[in-house]
Amino acid sequence: MINYILKRLAVAVPTLLLLIIISFLLMHAAPGGPFTQERQLPAAVLANLEAKYGLDQPLWRQLLSYVWGIVAHFDFGPSFIYKDRTVNEIIAQGFPVTLTYGTVSFVIAILVGVSLGIAAAIRHNTWLDYLAVGVSIGAQVLPNFVMAPLLLLTFTWWLRWLPGGGWEHGRWEYMVMPVIALSTSYMASIARLTRASMLEVLTSNHIRTARAKGLPERKVILRHALKPALLPVLSYLGPAFVAMVTGSVVVDFFFSTGGIGRSFVDSALNRDYAVMLGITILVGALTIFFNLVVDILYGWIDPKIRY
Amino acid sequence: MHKLLLTTALGLGLAFPAAAATLQPGETLAANQEYTYWLLDAIKSLDPQINTDVEGSGVLRGLFEGLYNEDQVGALVPGVATSFDLSDDKTVYTFHLRDNAKWSNGDPVTANDFVYSWKRLADPKTASEYAWYMELMQVKNSADIIAGKKPVDDLGVKALDDHTFEVTIEAPLPYFPKMLTHASTFPVNQKVIEENGDKWTEPGKLVGNGAYVLKEHILGEKLVMVPNPQYWDNEHTVLTKVTALTINDENAALTRYLAGELDRTQIPAGQYPRLKEEYPDQAISVPQSCSYIYMFNLDKEKGPEALKDVRVRKALSYAIDRDTIVDKILQGGQWPSYNWTHHATEGFKMPDIDYSHWTQDERDAKAIELMTEAGYGPDHPLALTLNYNTSESHKKIAIAVQQFWKKIGVDLTLNNMEWKVHTDKMQNQDFEVARYAWCGDYNEASTYLDLFTSYSGHNNGKFRSERYDELMKESKTAADPNPMYTEAEQILADEMPMAPIYQYTKVEMIKPDMRGLGLNNLMQNWYLKDMYRVAE
Amino acid sequence: MVIDATRMKNLGDRFAEGEVRGRSLWADARRRFFRNKAAVGGLVMLALITLLALFGDSLAQWSNEEIDFDVMGQAAQVGQPSIGNGHYFGTDDLGRDLYSRTLQGTRISLMVGIVGSLIAVIVGTLYGAVSGYVGGRTDQILMRTVDILLAVPFMFVVILLLVMFGRSLFMLFFGIGLMSWLNMARIVRGQTLSLKHKEYVEAAQATGVPTFTIILRHIVPNLVGIVAVYATLLVPEMILIESFISFLGLGVQEPLTSLGALISEGARTIYYGTTWQLLWPLAFFVATLFSFFFIGDGLRDALDPKDR
Repeated sequence: MINYILKRLAVAVPTLLLLIIISFLLMHAAPGGPFTQERQLPAAVLANLEAKYGLDQPLWRQLLSYVWGIVAHFDFGPSFIYKDRTVNEIIAQGFPVTLTYGTVSFVIAILVGVSLGIAAAIRHNTWLDYLAVGVSIGAQVLPNFVMAPLLLLTFTWWLRWLPGGGWEHGRWEYMVMPVIALSTSYMASIARLTRASMLEVLTSNHIRTARAKGLPERKVILRHALKPALLPVLSYLGPAFVAMVTGSVVVDFFFSTGGIGRSFVDSALNRDYAVMLGITILVGALTIFFNLVVDILYGWIDPKIRY
Repeated sequence: MHKLLLTTALGLGLAFPAAAATLQPGETLAANQEYTYWLLDAIKSLDPQINTDVEGSGVLRGLFEGLYNEDQVGALVPGVATSFDLSDDKTVYTFHLRDNAKWSNGDPVTANDFVYSWKRLADPKTASEYAWYMELMQVKNSADIIAGKKPVDDLGVKALDDHTFEVTIEAPLPYFPKMLTHASTFPVNQKVIEENGDKWTEPGKLVGNGAYVLKEHILGEKLVMVPNPQYWDNEHTVLTKVTALTINDENAALTRYLAGELDRTQIPAGQYPRLKEEYPDQAISVPQSCSYIYMFNLDKEKGPEALKDVRVRKALSYAIDRDTIVDKILQGGQWPSYNWTHHATEGFKMPDIDYSHWTQDERDAKAIELMTEAGYGPDHPLALTLNYNTSESHKKIAIAVQQFWKKIGVDLTLNNMEWKVHTDKMQNQDFEVARYAWCGDYNEASTYLDLFTSYSGHNNGKFRSERYDELMKESKTAADPNPMYTEAEQILADEMPMAPIYQYTKVEMIKPDMRGLGLNNLMQNWYLKDMYRVAE
Repeated sequence: MVIDATRMKNLGDRFAEGEVRGRSLWADARRRFFRNKAAVGGLVMLALITLLALFGDSLAQWSNEEIDFDVMGQAAQVGQPSIGNGHYFGTDDLGRDLYSRTLQGTRISLMVGIVGSLIAVIVGTLYGAVSGYVGGRTDQILMRTVDILLAVPFMFVVILLLVMFGRSLFMLFFGIGLMSWLNMARIVRGQTLSLKHKEYVEAAQATGVPTFTIILRHIVPNLVGIVAVYATLLVPEMILIESFISFLGLGVQEPLTSLGALISEGARTIYYGTTWQLLWPLAFFVATLFSFFFIGDGLRDALDPKDR
């Protein structure tokens, strides 16, 4: 097991490196640079700027010194657009915010989603099932950029219950709408996946055997059905978490939470090479980490899987 | 006339009373003096020499103070400088600085601070994107310094003593004093910058000489300022706390304004009439010095053949129904535009542009006639592409223009691109027709008209006119440049290197108890120190 | 409607169990599928939407790009749905007919969803099944490749692609196709891992059936349930991804539109009382996705070999 984890981590390094190179090249291939502006800069000024940020160097050199900065000093360089700040600072400020509301959303999505899915499967073909299916389809279908203005309209403008945006170091009233907007569709997906796979497991042979042995239904479900039923859900969780981090752009857009999602899209549109690469690497590392966790959980749930 | 008086007065070294939050008769201050306003995007930098955008400048005018400020209508009032003398050849300005100006850490503000920061702006090492502003101000040797051909110390600025700052410019420039309110000319504290490097703009570290100090600055969330007790006129500063909230969606911002979370926000295109009806004392529309056009690519190689024909360019311009765009799409009191310079620019006299008086039917008829003459018609349509960058109102205008041009036999393809690509393509003449807008840097027509000179770095459509260049060169030293500006505008109307569309207004919701926002200042430069709330 | 359908299905299953030996799995499935009222309802709804999207333009009195200058600028007052002026669904802010725009948007969204999902299903299933079944070094390499690709934030790559090569439908398909098959492959692999130790697979192995045949004959059919469920999750996801790209302002070029773009525009103006601008496209959006869900569920129930 430990060997396996070490092996995976060893693969992670080249993966990240590849990721850096791909993103770096893509970014530089796009037209326009960080200093492309409506008021075109005089050549001399542009040359000064490019010299300051090392953009006058050949591409491979830029890449090399960038990677070296990360490896040697964990330094992702300065932002080209937010010139008072380094990438490290931007990430240090935005990431905890995203991580906080992302994790809260994630936990809620799993708890509610899995319970809803199981309940629907157990009460297959009852009103609860239909309600759960209906609600989860409905929730999945409503894009969060529709939900966010609706929430704002309802809770801020109409009822005046919640502040319309901001973060204020994570006070709960600032977190309610972001969490609802972010978690709902994932909750629905998880519920549907859980329900489908639970239904499948419940008709399988080993459950029939368990039932035939006369075990109480609650035990059958908790001890025998739950674990295998969660397998496909597990596969979904890693990517879902990462999608929440990157998908938080809508939350940041509407609720001014100052998270990393908005910086992510902004940096691409602004050609803020350093910020964009920094966030890409962070998201990449997170993805790798989560996939590893999911794979380990897989092994724990289904001992038949060998590494 | 107004401008002439002002210049004369300043030239004589007369002092003006400083504007501050001055109550009008009958007004009493409200108990709550906190002010919260809307920002579309995070402030990119709080370093005066690094900042490039309008929103950043607004904050910087609170945190720092330059030689001069603007009052409620945009006239110059003393800032750190109380007066100046001008040499006989009009190239040496000597500014007399007030002796009670202080940094927020208690140090006095001296002429050396200005020398340091102006050199800093021009210094290639600073790599400021606004270094060209020094060049625009024609400060001696600035061009060579920016290009790295001369040492920074050759810049034409000098501290004669602690409170006398001397600037030498290359040639007389009548509007030079007006340019001094720009944020890039604000002083910065050398000691603090050298101690903290790039980090000096963080809350707690930032030392300014403005009426406010930075308390909090969280990217994408908010920026908070509180009064600076060291400011020389602090006793007249009224607002006790200023918060700028970043809200990326203007509709969400409006919702939050209506929920009472903001005191000032922009009105999205098309919503002004309704809000004006519902909140007559809160919805405002005031002129703003910006001009919106469709630029034609006249480049010899890359420009499309059809656009080299002035008849086609005129037809395209005539066929745009500006009244529909202004009244039905934007609906915020914008000004239908038939020329380039914003009509309210100080001293500017509009030439008599013939097609501005025609009805739209007449324009359409003339446009069809011109297109036929040029050899285009229903059986031989002209295919063009319009580039525009992502924005709700750019999109709407583009769609409408597509329909307008259809009537005169133009088959327009819309090409929406994100900002950087749009700009990049324009600057490489990689377009046919492109949306463009320009906002004046100072309240004088040359800020617009310089753009279409052949030597301008922003003339992306590559319009060439010898007479135009001549006029603009002459205007720099003329006692009264305005007739030249009028003639230059006439050339633009005759040659039509672009189709003017509209001139901006600032369309906003403002809480009715807010005062001192400088709304009648065409540049829309506001000063936090002048603002206050009245009791209702 | 949903209630009866599912009960009927369960009943049908029981009757079917003994009788239908010899008939092929697919004929069986088809029969069961058509007994599922929800699934049939979804299919009918989808067919109707598709028909309307393809041929509904002949009923329209305005094209998708024409501006009704009588309405322009007053959409909130006179732009509401009306038979009288020919705007059955009302107009957008510019005075363009929402009926023909919704139909045209539906065409684009359906295309994006189906093409994206198709790519995911075909590439993802084969890739995942091979990886999971073959195992060992192949599995290592294939899955690490997926890991690497998954670690690339694809939304970002799509944005960059759209930015670099300009906006086009092809780029949109290409980008969305790129994103879509990876998760499918992981899920299928996970499922394959637990299938490959099943008795019938081990039996096939013992009798020397070639690997690829085992994958096609024994693994893939047993994956259909999970694939169908996931693919139905995917079609709306594709359409949602497209709508997110539209929300960022990087979707299809005007005057073309998509349901996502229409919804995103409608959502921005819900504060201003022009609710039909959100509701009509949203109704088509929801109806389309519901249909896919019901069809997917119906397929799952019909194909699930364990029920037999």
